[in-house]
Amino acid sequence: MYTQGLDSLGKDCLGDSAAESAALEARFQAKIDAEEKIEPKDWMPEAYRRTLIRQISQHAHSEVIGMLPEGNWITRAPTLRRKAVLIAKVQDEGGHGMYLYSAAETLGISRDQMMQQLLSGAAKYSSIFNYPTLTWADVGAIGWLVDGAAIMNQIPLCRCSYGPYARAMVRICREESFHQRQGFEIMLTLARGTPEQKRMAQDALDRWWWPALMMFGPPDAQSKHTAQSMRWKIKRFTNDELRQKFVDVTVPQAEYLGLKIPDPELRWDEETQHYRFGPIDWGEFERVLAGHGPCNRERLEARRRAWEEGAWVREAAIAHAGKRGQRGVQAA
Amino acid sequence: MTRTAATVEGAADPVRAALLRYVLRLGDTSLVLGQRLGEWIGHAPALEEDLGLANIALDLIGQARLLLTYAGEIEGRGRDEDALAFLRDGSDFFNLTLVEQPNGDFGRTIVRQLLVDAWQLEVYEALCASTDRRLAEIAAKAVKETRYHLRYSAGWTVRLGDGTEESHRRVQTALDELWPFTVELVTADEIDALLASRGIAPPLEELAPRWNARIDEVLREATLQRPADVPYAWFGKQGVHSEHLGYLLAEMQFLQRAYPGARW
Ligand SMILES: [Fe+2]
Ligand SMILES: [Fe+2]
Repeated sequence: MYTQGLDSLGKDCLGDSAAESAALEARFQAKIDAEEKIEPKDWMPEAYRRTLIRQISQHAHSEVIGMLPEGNWITRAPTLRRKAVLIAKVQDEGGHGMYLYSAAETLGISRDQMMQQLLSGAAKYSSIFNYPTLTWADVGAIGWLVDGAAIMNQIPLCRCSYGPYARAMVRICREESFHQRQGFEIMLTLARGTPEQKRMAQDALDRWWWPALMMFGPPDAQSKHTAQSMRWKIKRFTNDELRQKFVDVTVPQAEYLGLKIPDPELRWDEETQHYRFGPIDWGEFERVLAGHGPCNRERLEARRRAWEEGAWVREAAIAHAGKRGQRGVQAA
Repeated sequence: MTRTAATVEGAADPVRAALLRYVLRLGDTSLVLGQRLGEWIGHAPALEEDLGLANIALDLIGQARLLLTYAGEIEGRGRDEDALAFLRDGSDFFNLTLVEQPNGDFGRTIVRQLLVDAWQLEVYEALCASTDRRLAEIAAKAVKETRYHLRYSAGWTVRLGDGTEESHRRVQTALDELWPFTVELVTADEIDALLASRGIAPPLEELAPRWNARIDEVLREATLQRPADVPYAWFGKQGVHSEHLGYLLAEMQFLQRAYPGARW
């Protein structure tokens, strides 16, 4: 019920000679160049498979870990409508995690294996979720900025060369844009509210702005995977291009809210028709990614606890299914 | 200690006052249970269960919104769903004591859910024929949701009861500990009786055997022992609660209390 044995998938090409694999690789790249989708049963280079497993599982883990900071406010949401919307949102993120784990499973890794990689700390997830949600405004800021940044990243993934990933993204993007609008609406209500609420909104923007910009990953000059991923059409834009798009879209929204983006160097550049922004503290990004953000330990602890405390439930489900199966055999 | 219909908000019309109290009982029961299930989301034994519990929580919050809105209208003092949910203190909440009990482990949450789901299903099925049209409309929607909830909780009760030795022991313990809170589900008081006499709410005497039969059937399949009847009965539906409700409300109501008058 909780595992799928797909570990042996796609290993049947190991005996190919060098010439054969060069031909396969050329055919594979031609398919990608022609904008055709690669499907699970198609031949693919090991490196493509590994890259996708890494990216899709990281993406899935991010959705699942991302349930925690917002889930932190479900019991304290200020109105029943907000509570319902927040529950639905966190539920959507869990659903995104499930589609993505399924997409990764088509590449020959099981959900249990991925879960173990997450719990052991071997797998990465988006650094943004290692920051704390301290006030209700953080729920608004996450929807507006974090889901907003996720959309920028993910819309191009709807055209990713790997079919199952691309199809999962189409569904996910539709929900993310919902989340982004709901988050913005929370911010708008706070920004138009009492002085305390406005202060809450500004404080949330101050804390989430830079981590949101870091979500796009290291600058192009230092990004190790970008060139190959672009060739394979897993990626369509570079990290810096996407980051710039996000800033260009988000600055006017902050102005509309009457909130100030915490960047003294931020200004409109007539010449390039883009906003220019100040330097990002990549030292902080590296620290958080290496496990030293404010909440890394708590997030993983929460997932480990859920997993360990749920072990007896999962075992019972398997045991019961076994008894059922046996009874079925006896009855037949 | 026991408040009766006649003393409800000093209202002139006892039936209307009883109706208000009854709608609050249903609405508060859904709200408090939804609040409890909300604590699970992100921490369940598997992603499927995070989503399953979230689904049920969403339905319950939705029911609470309809019911509390209606309660506010019956009361006629301009209180909306949020004023009722966030600005009442514990003794003015009329939920079943069972739903405010802490989640405990997944098995305990499931047993609590089973006991309430089976009760809500009987109540809502009967309320579909209520002489109160609004209540009948709300029940018609809720009954479909509750059927699904019961399928979920009964399914898990059977899986856990008839699973491993450990899972059996855990859910049997949970059942034993939660059982005392079930007395008020099937024991009518004056409000239940008055509304039953007007065809607004179902007579609990008729509902009780059906609830019992439903529970017994699930327990049998789950190889669980039905606990013995208990000497002390809780009556959260009369505003007399366990110690747990105060903490639940403190958490739930925090923002509305800390920032009075703010819009969210
Ligand atoms: Fe998501
Ligand atoms: Fe989202």
